[in-house]
Amino acid sequence: MKVAVITFPGSNCDYDLYKAAQQVGGDATFMWHRERGLAGYDAVLLPGGFSYGDYLRAGAIARMSPIMADVITFANAGGPVLGICNGFQILCESGLLPGALMHNESMKFQSKDVFLRVERADTLFTADYEAGQILRIPIAHGEGNYEADKETLEALESEGRVVFRYVDSSGEKSEGANPNGSWHDIAGITNESGNVLGMMPHPERAMEELLGSTDGIALFTSLVASLQTS
Amino acid sequence: MSQYRLEVRVKPRPGLLDPQGKAVHHSLNSLGWDGVSDVRVGKAIYIDMDAESADAALEAVGVMCRKLLANPVTEDFEVSLVGEAKDAGS
Repeated sequence: MKVAVITFPGSNCDYDLYKAAQQVGGDATFMWHRERGLAGYDAVLLPGGFSYGDYLRAGAIARMSPIMADVITFANAGGPVLGICNGFQILCESGLLPGALMHNESMKFQSKDVFLRVERADTLFTADYEAGQILRIPIAHGEGNYEADKETLEALESEGRVVFRYVDSSGEKSEGANPNGSWHDIAGITNESGNVLGMMPHPERAMEELLGSTDGIALFTSLVASLQTS
Repeated sequence: MSQYRLEVRVKPRPGLLDPQGKAVHHSLNSLGWDGVSDVRVGKAIYIDMDAESADAALEAVGVMCRKLLANPVTEDFEVSLVGEAKDAGS
């Protein structure tokens, strides 16, 4: 399985993503944002970081990168695209996912472990999880407050496109469980056809027991398995 | 061709939480400005450009706003001409 990890100026989770893909048997390659062409790749990963220093809006400049035209074509053809943290912001700015990621309600950068509930275990990114499973995954962001208009939120909910939600350690919605004020406690969503996933938490930082959690592994094994069966 | 300077004002859409505005609001209240009842923080962007006419410049910057300068999900924008247009042809 050939996986492209796109590096933008200011990306800082690209090596983590590269390592995560390798760990589950993916053949990962870095691609610089100025490169073109994704022919031959099976999946595209957009890493976290601070592309272009978050100038103007987080992700707004990165989505103008030459490679993003190819990422959009790849996604529209059904290719799997995963955007984490800044990658999620870039996906929203590029129009591949609806809505926007605003400043955290607290106005503070939040860097800590959070609990997520897997809302959908039938996507190509989550098949190795159980629906309702509670994950412990780190976050590190200042702008993760997901907002969208009412129609979009209703569509996301009724079409089952909210994949991860912030919950407390027992899996319930609670005061303080949501680290950024996102509407409906949204932590990750897919596009309509389910091949594009954006999420604020960092599964690629939850791949080693030594580093506190291995709850991110199943996301990458799910992706690899979906590509081997397709 | 003349050169125009345009000002773009990008502001958070009404109804959307503006944490930055809220933080500034609280700070102003704590400085003693009790009469301040709301603060919204936006940004101003200044663009110098050559265009055939003022209308053409305004129209072009409107397109820039929709494509890049503002996020239609969360922000509104206004564009206006500022300062004197000068001949940039020579």
